[in-house]
Amino acid sequence: MAYLELRELHRAFGPVVALKGINVELQQGEFLSLLGPSGCGKTTALRLVAGFDRPDAGEILVDGKDITRVSPSKRDMGMVFQAYSLFPNMTAAQNVEFGLKIRRHKRHDRRSRVPELLELVGLGDAGNRYPHQLSGGMQQRVALARALAIEPRVLLLDEPLSALDAKVRVQLREEIRRIQLELGITTLYVTHDQEEALAISDHVAVMYGGRIEQMGSPVEMYGTPATPFVAEFIGTMNRLEATVVDGGNGEVDHGGKILRVDAARGLPRGERVLVLVRPESLELERTDNGAAAAGGLAGEVLTHTFLGSTTRVKVIGDGVDLIADIPTSRIETLPVGASVVAKIPVEGVRLLSLAEQPAPASA
Amino acid sequence: MRKHIAPTAVLWLVIGAAYFFIPLLATFLFSLRKASTGHCCSLAAYGTIVHNPEFWTTLRLSFQLSLEVIAISLILFVPTVYWVHLKLPRLRPVLAFFALIPFVVPPIVLVVGLLDFYKGTPQWYYGSPYGFLATAYVILAFPYMFFSLDAGFRAIDVHTLTEASQSLGASWPTTMFRVILPNIRVAALGGSFLALAIVMGEFTMASLAAFHTFPTFIQYINETQAYPAAAVSLMSFGITWAAMLALLFVGRGSRSRVQVAGAH
Amino acid sequence: MKLGRRRLSLAWLGAVPFFVYALFFLFIPAGNVIAGAFKDTKNQWTLSNIHELFQTQYLDAYRTSIEISVVTALIGGALGIAIAYAAIREGTPRWVRSGMTTFSGVAANFGGIPLAFAFIATLGSVGIATQFIHNVFGIDLYGPSVNFQIWTKTGIEVTYLYFQMPLMILVIAPAIDGLRREWREAASNLGASPWQYWRHVGLPILMPSILGAMILLFGNSFAAYATAYGLTAGAVPLVPIVIGNFYTGDVLSNPHLAQALAFGMFVVLAAMMVMYVPLQRRASRWAR
Repeated sequence: MAYLELRELHRAFGPVVALKGINVELQQGEFLSLLGPSGCGKTTALRLVAGFDRPDAGEILVDGKDITRVSPSKRDMGMVFQAYSLFPNMTAAQNVEFGLKIRRHKRHDRRSRVPELLELVGLGDAGNRYPHQLSGGMQQRVALARALAIEPRVLLLDEPLSALDAKVRVQLREEIRRIQLELGITTLYVTHDQEEALAISDHVAVMYGGRIEQMGSPVEMYGTPATPFVAEFIGTMNRLEATVVDGGNGEVDHGGKILRVDAARGLPRGERVLVLVRPESLELERTDNGAAAAGGLAGEVLTHTFLGSTTRVKVIGDGVDLIADIPTSRIETLPVGASVVAKIPVEGVRLLSLAEQPAPASA
Repeated sequence: MRKHIAPTAVLWLVIGAAYFFIPLLATFLFSLRKASTGHCCSLAAYGTIVHNPEFWTTLRLSFQLSLEVIAISLILFVPTVYWVHLKLPRLRPVLAFFALIPFVVPPIVLVVGLLDFYKGTPQWYYGSPYGFLATAYVILAFPYMFFSLDAGFRAIDVHTLTEASQSLGASWPTTMFRVILPNIRVAALGGSFLALAIVMGEFTMASLAAFHTFPTFIQYINETQAYPAAAVSLMSFGITWAAMLALLFVGRGSRSRVQVAGAH
Repeated sequence: MKLGRRRLSLAWLGAVPFFVYALFFLFIPAGNVIAGAFKDTKNQWTLSNIHELFQTQYLDAYRTSIEISVVTALIGGALGIAIAYAAIREGTPRWVRSGMTTFSGVAANFGGIPLAFAFIATLGSVGIATQFIHNVFGIDLYGPSVNFQIWTKTGIEVTYLYFQMPLMILVIAPAIDGLRREWREAASNLGASPWQYWRHVGLPILMPSILGAMILLFGNSFAAYATAYGLTAGAVPLVPIVIGNFYTGDVLSNPHLAQALAFGMFVVLAAMMVMYVPLQRRASRWAR
């Protein structure tokens, strides 16, 4: 049985519907990220779980018990807010101690727990400092320690790293994951940064317009996106609209050019599909005559974007607008302005049917 | 997340509103009483006031006094605050400290010192409200003027504006009048309305220095005629109210709004 | 402009008019009061004026003034906080907050003689409220059991609340604004009840602002003259009233005594200021 369950949660603010009936099942000890752009409903969902808001419909269950009507102070969950949540009139240690004091733990117990927790988040010697004397990253560590102090059943994090510098963000997200695994705490994490979500979660749920578009492991979400939105939101993706020409051979027509794609086998002729190719899967070959080889799209190299070990190459042509990631060591063979052919691999390319879904606007 | 107002909040707001409005309502009802019966309803009290020439002379005096005080304050404080913001930023905390001094030297104490120190000065100053009283009132208005102007200057980038103006060839007076002043207009107006409210309501100094201003007229009526006293009190309240509304209206949308208050 | 030291001295000139004005109309008169307190009618230095302050009648005046100021600061302060919080907290519509700020701005400036009369019209012996309470509840405020009178110390306290409360509201509202929603939610999430939140987080954070505001209220009440005069025509002995009597009454005695009384006021208010400044600093630190 799932440890944390959200059933058909529905929430509207006046005419704006923030959540359109979402369902989540999370096992104990698992880490789920709610990922999506601003306004998708992820923070609303988290606040419902925390108890700061009531759903219009639906239930929330923890360990089988319905807590939908329970007040936030009695839900036994620890929450880490985006920023500014430390009590400014208390030191870091006093902040961490707060939940224990409320629960009337003995002073002796508190005195031993607090240093332990500060040590756990890497702030062993900062206990006596006040929030205004701590950096943003340190403040969030204290906030984490404070939330963990009460040994919550569920840990909730609301974009805890958004307000921090890039380097601190990467460092801290690793630590959050490490601590979460060590303590085995069921965790719900909200973020708009897909890289963050993919890096540290057991499961990722991509949300859009109040609904969960797709939920799965990071590998699943990256490799097999179920909707155009998810494909676009996670990583970078080349999207090619095409129509099935020959279901037997798996041929599709994209802007007049025929491409062979395994995933199109068995589909009826005339069906509209979206061919999804990751930049790293695209192969570029230099040509000097502009002829399109079978299964390839011809164009010209427009720009190079240096990303370190890979370079992102933009290829523009007649009905062609593609992004390919090429190892930087090879980049000299494909200078700007060179005529190239982009080869779509036959296997391992995703196909999505465009039949029912209108493509949402890019996030 | 609350959707509706908390019941205890309603309670306190009602209490607050009642405490604020009941005395005003009572004054209004009182002012409508007939002198003969002690009951409602007549506008005779208002008539008595309006037909009293003293009402008009003192009102005019106080009003002209306010204009004079506002003029002196602006002429004295605007350049000073501007100058401090531009060239002498280290003096700003000193000015801010000065603005707290009237808290320690309230009107009752100040007037004692002023009456003694200026005793020997010529009558055209010592005996005239436009002399003695006006100069004293400028000090009373100073904290309010300062906080208004200071907020106004802080909201604009004084250095950049001045340097831009000068690099385009403008002289100091031109810069002052055509660049700086229009940009602190709101703050200056705000301070002026506060000064107006202060001067129109100031009793302590006027009374002890034996001048006949509008507030001293109100007290005279207070001591002699009950129902007209209610009428004139309400009128005085109306003036304060109008000044505050003007202040709010002028400060609408501006970042340099200041609110201060004091007893009398 | 010229460089270096020359430019600096020219710049200082710009501030001179103001300082000269402040010198002549603020500092010298204030100094005059302080010095005059220690002089006698023959212009000799003496402590006799100060000594006379400790006579019962003047001591009483200080005691009454301080008592009224403490009472109105505490009650006006508490009421002000309650009302300000009621208007700002979640759930209250925005227009209530704007309305409260506007009315507080007006009410805080509505003092002196008109206010005194407004309260006479309300709670005087034939006041509207007095009669209403008598007719509807059968309670005679001016009767032997309640024995209330608007021209007494209690009457002054009730009247002073009219501008003390709004002053508190105006001063404390920004501080209440500074209480971040995250603190409330974090406390609740950690298990605290609303009362526990206020006790451990909310009130401690607000305390410097509250204390600072109450000091402001104390000073405001202590220095008030017109309202008390309007209510009592000088009958109740408050320090400002006693000083005023030297000028409005027929008291022909030692004018230096008035200065001594004023000096005493100055000492009390200066002590208040000394306590106020560090509180302000502490309050602004937590606002970060």
